[in-house]
Amino acid sequence: MRSSVIVFPASNCDRDASVALEQITGSKPSMIWHAESSVPETDLIVLPGGFSFGDYLRSGAMAAQSPIMKDVIAKAKAGVPVLGICNGFQVLVESELLPGALMRNRDIKFLCKDVQLKVERGDTIFTSKYNQGEIITIPIAHHDGNYFASDETLKELEGEGRVAFRYVDRDGAATSEANPNGSLNNIAGIYNKDMKVLGLMPHPERLISQELGGTDGLGLFESLVEALA
Amino acid sequence: MSEMNGMSDTTIISETEIPEPVAITAELIAEHGLSDDEYKHLLEIIGREPSSTELGIFSVMWSEHCSYKSSRYHLKKLPVDGPQVIQGPGENAGVVDLGDGQAAIFKMESHNHPSYIEPFQGAATGVGGIMRDVFTMGARPVANLNALRFGAPDHPKTSHLVNGVVAGIAAYGNCMGVPTVGGETNFDKRYDQNILVNAMCIGLADTDKIFYSAAKGVGLPVVYVGSKTGRDGIHGATMASAEFDEQTDEKRPTVQVGDPFAEKLLLEACLELMSSDAIIAIQDMGAAGLTSSSVEMADKGGVGFTMNLDHVPQRETGMTAYEMMLSESQERMLMVLKPGSEASAKAIFDKWDLDFAVVGKTTDTGRLIVHHNGVVEANLPVATLADSAPEYQRPFVKTPKPNFVAPSDVPATDDVLATLKTLMSGPHLCSRRWIYEQYDHMVMGDTVQRPGGDAAVVRVHGTNKGLAAATDVTPRYCYADPYEGGKQAVVETWRNLTAVGASPLAITNCLNFGNPTREEIMGQFVGCLEGMGDACRALDYPIVSGNVSLYNETNGIGIPPTPAIGGIGLIDDISTQATVALQNEGDVLIVIGETTGHVGQSLYQELQSGDFNGAPPAVDLELERRHGDMVRSLIVDERLQAVHDTSDGGLLVAVAEMCLAGKIGVQLDDISGIVPAGSFWFGEDQARYVISVEPSDSEALLADFVNKGIPAYQIGITSGKEISIDGHGSLPLEQLSAEFEAYLPNLLA
Repeated sequence: MRSSVIVFPASNCDRDASVALEQITGSKPSMIWHAESSVPETDLIVLPGGFSFGDYLRSGAMAAQSPIMKDVIAKAKAGVPVLGICNGFQVLVESELLPGALMRNRDIKFLCKDVQLKVERGDTIFTSKYNQGEIITIPIAHHDGNYFASDETLKELEGEGRVAFRYVDRDGAATSEANPNGSLNNIAGIYNKDMKVLGLMPHPERLISQELGGTDGLGLFESLVEALA
Repeated sequence: MSEMNGMSDTTIISETEIPEPVAITAELIAEHGLSDDEYKHLLEIIGREPSSTELGIFSVMWSEHCSYKSSRYHLKKLPVDGPQVIQGPGENAGVVDLGDGQAAIFKMESHNHPSYIEPFQGAATGVGGIMRDVFTMGARPVANLNALRFGAPDHPKTSHLVNGVVAGIAAYGNCMGVPTVGGETNFDKRYDQNILVNAMCIGLADTDKIFYSAAKGVGLPVVYVGSKTGRDGIHGATMASAEFDEQTDEKRPTVQVGDPFAEKLLLEACLELMSSDAIIAIQDMGAAGLTSSSVEMADKGGVGFTMNLDHVPQRETGMTAYEMMLSESQERMLMVLKPGSEASAKAIFDKWDLDFAVVGKTTDTGRLIVHHNGVVEANLPVATLADSAPEYQRPFVKTPKPNFVAPSDVPATDDVLATLKTLMSGPHLCSRRWIYEQYDHMVMGDTVQRPGGDAAVVRVHGTNKGLAAATDVTPRYCYADPYEGGKQAVVETWRNLTAVGASPLAITNCLNFGNPTREEIMGQFVGCLEGMGDACRALDYPIVSGNVSLYNETNGIGIPPTPAIGGIGLIDDISTQATVALQNEGDVLIVIGETTGHVGQSLYQELQSGDFNGAPPAVDLELERRHGDMVRSLIVDERLQAVHDTSDGGLLVAVAEMCLAGKIGVQLDDISGIVPAGSFWFGEDQARYVISVEPSDSEALLADFVNKGIPAYQIGITSGKEISIDGHGSLPLEQLSAEFEAYLPNLLA
């Protein structure tokens, strides 16, 4: 499986994504500098976490204007799977590959901690190794993860089964206490219409071995290997 | 590329040209923080009246912050060597060998004064500065820690200061993508108007790719890279060398503003350039900016620097030579390159959208010559400038030895578990989660022990080795008895590293004290350093870097002596590391070391009698070493389930922290004997650890301790979801946890 990680100025989870992809897919991803005009032929594009362009202006807004994004958008529209993690999700939203917006966390503060997520469906290329309704633990680390969308968009996302992950408590309930950042409907991640673009705020690449505190992030990458390798 | 050819115009100006002197007044000298004697000394050195720029250069080079004039004499007595030491104090950061061709490069630095004036930017730029110290030597930063002291929780400014400092640390470290993995926070009214923000950074480098600041060689290009120079931070070093008073808030413009995005680019650009062989010397522009970086690089290389400030990238118009030489604008580096490598080096900085300008060259004149707008603004002898800073052996009085407080000399608690809950739901011992959850402590994917334990552990990337780190000092011990407190600060980091299974390697420090011209403050300084030195020698745990922050006083009231220590250690195989979390029910809990119920300066004493007094616990270095070495070897042999050192709050607090971390309760025996129960459970005797072990191994383990002559006592069995003590009732963990977690969010919301 060939994967490509886009590196923006001040991406800072690009190495983490690369380590996870290499560990799980067995081959190193290509690291693509944002100023390039095209992504080489690839099975998966990853937009990593970080503070692209310092999060100045709006998180992800400037990265969405980087030269490489024209090709990322074109490839996504042609069906190449795209995974945006944290800042990558913000870039996907700013690029309008995904709807809605990611606003400042409800409590205004940056938040880094493990959270429980409910896997809303287990039948996508990103989640086939999880069970539908499975509750997994994945860390978040963000300042701007408060998902917002219009009522209409929200209805569409829910109606089309495009919510990928939801913040829940240990019993699987999407409560306000379990919602770390104020996201509408406790949304932690969403798909595009053809279910091949996923943006999520939590960092699955951070929990891929017992030494790091857990392995619940493995399933996402293993699902991709199953679908794309 | 015009700036690359720009040097030709500087060489035509005569190097004997002398700058225009400034009109000297007593006020001008005082404004520059120079004493009359120091100004006379300056005149003797240069043999004429200085220019305005030269006066500014001397002012910052001779500031306490840059020259260590009050502390140098005593710092020289500290142990700085060891087989593991590659570079001790004197460079941007200390370097220790990790084996396998790798080194850890680390340092801690204070940003106290700026953080009080403008907490967010002050703390942020403190973090930015310490990371530059580390990556300027060729290391990729892999872990940040901090040591923070704030005023009383109920002081009207405390919440604002904590919120600002924590957000500033978070903003800078998180954007850089370097995990902030550990630290400590104290609240004490004596920091009300002088908070302490000490930031530590650890980086990893290959031992054959370490970069130093000595600009050896003549005719080499001197290159400025990074952000542009503005008027921010002018005289920051001088501000950091004076007491505060009512006018302090007016000093806000001297606080620098950080741009972590620029620093992230600078980090990547520098490391990219460092992978070639273009760099001869490199130094970050920290305190005293272009002045101190150029003087230090030239001095260490035994050369002169001729610089043309016309080529310095500038953010504002009309800046003078004085302003450019003293600016503390952030995210800048000065480098000396191999001739001919300028173009390839510039290409890297262009890629990262950073300024790159040749601003001078090295010479054989031994002088720092600064040109601006076609005139010479400074012409000073480098070696004299670097070495002539005053060195004071300031008079001091030793702190009188305090009296011993007997275990029965504090009003005894009649409810040990209620006291436990009160202690753990208060400012000294409550959960620091509100703080560390604002720091990205997992980025880089190597954090194998997160904040909240004895020491943080990050994996050495791509290996199974772990780098452990902890920061510690107990200022109330240092205040009562500087010598014992100095020892205890060093020892507590050593114990914390030991408790995760790491072999302690070396320390860095931030020596935060009051006004050194007061004899009792100088006595605290000397006492703490003697204690630190003895502890470092006894533990083979040298000091490889650090800084000194004096004048932490407002209106003549100084902070308690606060020599913050940052220690690092190495774990050969992270699969053997220990944590504080209890693992299984039915394990046997054992305390290592004697519990005498030492209450002097304990948190229990403050709670029961309203204040801290008397002698702090004595530190027996020989016992510390013996107990710690034994605990570490048992961890490496994987015979321990959980390990915690006992410190603030004593034995019962240590046990409770293990319970909360593991979500497992404990049934304790009452083994206090003749010691009053409260003093027994909350006394702060040193050289102790609590361990939990499998029941099948407990007899053998206890025998092993007896054979080594180390006191070890079974104190209970892990079980259930509450802490119970025979004859003293029980406390549900859920209830303790709720109150432990609630304090900071309630205080700081």
